[in-house]
Amino acid sequence: MYPPRFNYESPKSLAEAISLLTAGGGEAKVLAGGQSLVPMLKLRFASPEMLVDINNIPGLNYVRRDADGSIHIGALCRHEDLEKSEVIAEHQPTIAAAAPLVADPIVRTRGTFVGSVCHADPQGDWSATMIALDGHIVAQGPNGKRNIPARDFVTGPFQNALAFDEIAIEAVIPAPKGDVHGGYLKLERRVGDFATAAVAVAVETSGGKVIRAGIALTGVGGRTINANVAADSLVGSALTIESIARAGELAAAAAEPRSDHRGSASYKRHIVSTFLTRILNNISESTVKAA
Amino acid sequence: MALDEIKIGGMGASRRRVEDNRFIRGKGNYVDDIVLPAMLHMEILRSPMAHARIKSIDVSKAWEIPGVRLVLTGEMLAARNLAWMPTLSYDTQAVMAMDKVRFQGQEVAAVIADDPYIAKDACEAIRVEYEALPVIVNPMQAMAPGAALIRDDKENQTDNKVFDWEVGDRAGTDKAFAEADLISKIELHYPRSHPSPIETCGSIADFDRATGKLTVYMTTQAPHIIRAAVAMVAELPEHMIRIVSPDLGGGFGNKVPVYPGYVISILASILTERPVKWIEDKTGNLISTGFGRDVYLQGELAVRKDGKMLGVRMHTISDHGAFFADAQPSKFKIGLMHSAFACYDIPVAHLTATGTYTNKAPGGVAYRCSFRVTEAMFFQERMVQAAADDLGMDQAEFRRINFVKDDDFPHRTAYGFLTDSGQYGKCLDVGLEAIDYKNFLVQKEEAKKRGRLLGIGISTMTEPLGAGNSREYDILGIKMFDSAELRVHMSGKAILRTGAKSQGQGHETTWAQIVAHELGIPADDIVVEEGDTDTAPFGMGTYASRSTPVAGAAVAMVSRKIRAKARKIAAHLLEVSEEDVEWELGRFYVRSSPDRGVTIQDCAMAAYSNMPDGMEPGLENNAYYDPPNLTWPFACYISTVEVDPETGVWDVLKVVAVDDCGVRINPMIVEGQIMGGLTEAYAMASMQFITYDVEGNCVGSNYMDYLLPTAWETPGFELHEVVTPCPHHPIGAKGIGECATVGGPASFVNAVMDALRGTGVRNIDMPLLADRVYEAIQTGKDISGAPPIKTEE
Ligand SMILES: Cc1cc2nc3c(=O)[nH]c(=O)nc-3n(C[C@H](O)[C@H](O)[C@H](O)COP(=O)(O)OP(=O)(O)OC[C@H]3O[C@@H](n4cnc5c(N)ncnc54)[C@H](O)[C@@H]3O)c2cc1C
Repeated sequence: MYPPRFNYESPKSLAEAISLLTAGGGEAKVLAGGQSLVPMLKLRFASPEMLVDINNIPGLNYVRRDADGSIHIGALCRHEDLEKSEVIAEHQPTIAAAAPLVADPIVRTRGTFVGSVCHADPQGDWSATMIALDGHIVAQGPNGKRNIPARDFVTGPFQNALAFDEIAIEAVIPAPKGDVHGGYLKLERRVGDFATAAVAVAVETSGGKVIRAGIALTGVGGRTINANVAADSLVGSALTIESIARAGELAAAAAEPRSDHRGSASYKRHIVSTFLTRILNNISESTVKAA
Repeated sequence: MALDEIKIGGMGASRRRVEDNRFIRGKGNYVDDIVLPAMLHMEILRSPMAHARIKSIDVSKAWEIPGVRLVLTGEMLAARNLAWMPTLSYDTQAVMAMDKVRFQGQEVAAVIADDPYIAKDACEAIRVEYEALPVIVNPMQAMAPGAALIRDDKENQTDNKVFDWEVGDRAGTDKAFAEADLISKIELHYPRSHPSPIETCGSIADFDRATGKLTVYMTTQAPHIIRAAVAMVAELPEHMIRIVSPDLGGGFGNKVPVYPGYVISILASILTERPVKWIEDKTGNLISTGFGRDVYLQGELAVRKDGKMLGVRMHTISDHGAFFADAQPSKFKIGLMHSAFACYDIPVAHLTATGTYTNKAPGGVAYRCSFRVTEAMFFQERMVQAAADDLGMDQAEFRRINFVKDDDFPHRTAYGFLTDSGQYGKCLDVGLEAIDYKNFLVQKEEAKKRGRLLGIGISTMTEPLGAGNSREYDILGIKMFDSAELRVHMSGKAILRTGAKSQGQGHETTWAQIVAHELGIPADDIVVEEGDTDTAPFGMGTYASRSTPVAGAAVAMVSRKIRAKARKIAAHLLEVSEEDVEWELGRFYVRSSPDRGVTIQDCAMAAYSNMPDGMEPGLENNAYYDPPNLTWPFACYISTVEVDPETGVWDVLKVVAVDDCGVRINPMIVEGQIMGGLTEAYAMASMQFITYDVEGNCVGSNYMDYLLPTAWETPGFELHEVVTPCPHHPIGAKGIGECATVGGPASFVNAVMDALRGTGVRNIDMPLLADRVYEAIQTGKDISGAPPIKTEE
């Protein structure tokens, strides 16, 4: 690979990394897993003057669940770490379902959850889970930390709400208020393919009723689609055949797909409603079983 | 006592591949591993447009970049009469575009610099002004009245047609159709795919001004053909050209043609008087080099009520891209398309073929296709399924009653080929039993009641492998024989060289096994070398499954020449007359007293130290082998699938392969070839194609869009064998390299179509992507996959 010329820095602390970004004045880029940035360099779609490699900064590689039930994913937590995490397997079904569907096993050993969200690819899987789960990103810059809700984080295709001198240090999934359910289904032509269409669902129930729901769609628009209208339609009652079907229609309507070599727009909409229905049916069955 | 053949790694031994020793240690030696002193690096600037006039090229900014040694454009090549080169199909191809670009990815300029980074930077600094012309991405557009003329460079070319060609008996076929009870029709597009070897194409040209000798290290499956082509293009004498093809990271037919990059690197080395390395990137490989297929297949089968096939008609419209650069036997414009239906006993057949130019990369004969046999057999087996359906006849039974019978050989096919051996019915039986055919049909009906769609697909075929015989097969007039040269050293160890060129087939392993079989020299004592035109005997290279049928036969023949000489030496050593000497594996002995004998190694030593009076010393020889016929392996591939009607996604349940490739030299390697071929067949059936949008942009220019299946989705394969030795091959072997790629796709497509039976859908073009299958189920209509792809909405 023959990328354009760039400088490479490998800071040993967050402070050092942030000052490098500040000095870079917008021409420096954070390098995390490199699974999106390096291909862009190879294709010469990106030509940053400097790469700030955060891989040698200690303390960023974790996934943990706090006492309050919130889940915290550090900036160097790899896709594979989530796929193998017991915490995730036990407590976070949406993330657990998506983890083995992100990219391929090789890419998963390097790519990071936070990097994927930062990359803001409309076909990236993790943004959809973050929106469905109503999570937020913790950004750290020269003036300290701030939280950015996932639904506001992506500002356009491959654009996020970070300032040029900010680093996303952590993704946070808030503590649930009810029983946690969720799922992720993705149609891909082959392992490692980006989604033709994918659906992330996070549902909390209490006493058999939905008390919170989040639905987000991957690959069916110029950005990750927040299908909150479909999600809101589920809140307040139990999941029924009718409510599931209606949510399926609303989610399909929220999608903004284009016809391309992965399929026609109408096919992608159909997949959205089919997958949403499948996930909700599963959840409905498991809540019935549990009750 | 004769040696144990399996122990010495002879015929039938699943000997481990000796080449893997270096490959798994990272010690392979590929073109890109070679570093020569003072070597420069070349990068090619490719056209982003599919059809456009070049108004101007400004290279001044590129020259300004430090480290740039040379910038080449079409005009500079033209000044040296090198802007155009001949192709292997008697056409011409632009080495670099001058007047206009004719496909996206065409070579427009090249930079030669101190390192590849600089070369790439400098390419980006070249400014080219294009004026867009109407773009043609399929044959229908090419042949439409008023279509833009792509090849305005050619005198007398007034349209976009490359050729019209026909073979068979038109009148006889018309008659058969007139008498038929039923005429079954089908129309298909076999999409463009790309062999996409992991190693792309590349070369290092090293012209030595002092000696006048040109050495080119390059990725070629056919070094001697390349030498002949370079001699023609560069006007250098053959003895001043040395082509070296080192280890190849796959070829699959992609590395047979002569590519502009090779030629440009040669010119660059001549001009700079330094070695020049060119390594194509993955996108360059996918968008500009030899692809496979892209043929529209239309045809009909005339049948009698009782299922007897009476005649077949075929028409093909092929898309050759901007230049007719197919590497194929010169007599056959559409390759061996007329090998279709060779396993069925059909009285008459007729084929017409039209070739067209389009604004796409040139090629068409690549990707394990044995000169378009892939398309022929795909059409055949899709047609057979459609006809059986129309007749309401069982798929297996329809095939069986029409097979050429075991005692009907030699058999002249309706299109004129001569098949010589096979047990077609037996292969089918083995396959049906392995897949538990009867049971599956019952299961399928039951599943249907519960809304589940199961399907089973059969593909049976015999294909012509191993071009050629010199009467019919040549490339640019050079007959398609092959060669081997064997030198036995005094210790009895040996070196073997052939005119073939392995790219993964394992020649270093299997050739030694043939020698071991013929001479009893342990395979481990034989080293095999290929690919250097200064040392290897002249041969036509490796493609079209021809290595074992042709070069492999030469290996057996040269070994027999050595044995004949060794026999004389043995008689001398044993002090008996030659007639009294008997041979058993590895040893000559006296007929009347079998324990008096000498080994082949004893004879080798004597050839250098104690030869009979008057005998020429040494123990070496060569053989040029011109096969009397092609070889005709047979295969039966059966797959079962389940289709999800809600999404169109289909899963393979089971795949059974029964291959009869005659005698197997190394069963493990044969099985590897079959599994690799089935993987590619599955890829083409399910996901893999190169298509274009209306502007001629290649969709499939990288591995995100051009899909290679991984271990994850590739189904498992259950392999079975039947052995019918080839009657004319010295060791009874037939080709196997391409069987599964050729016969496999139809088994998957037939299975999905079987699952969709009753929906009114007769055909979905490959690849059977989920969205196409879903749309077919929803609409009950056939789905065409022909470019341009839909991108609106
Ligand atoms: C073959 C292949 C297949 C793939 N398939 C999929 C798929 O199916 N689904 C999917 O979702 N993804 C897929 N990806 C992308 C993959 O998931 C990437 O890992 C992910 O998108 C980016 O994470 P990264 O850590 O590699 O980020 P990098 O490539 O290092 O960075 C990506 C971008 O984010 C920025 N960035 C990264 N981390 C931070 C941070 N902490 N703070 C601020 N900015 C940051 C970088 O500056 C850069 O702009 C695939 C990638 C490949 C190579």
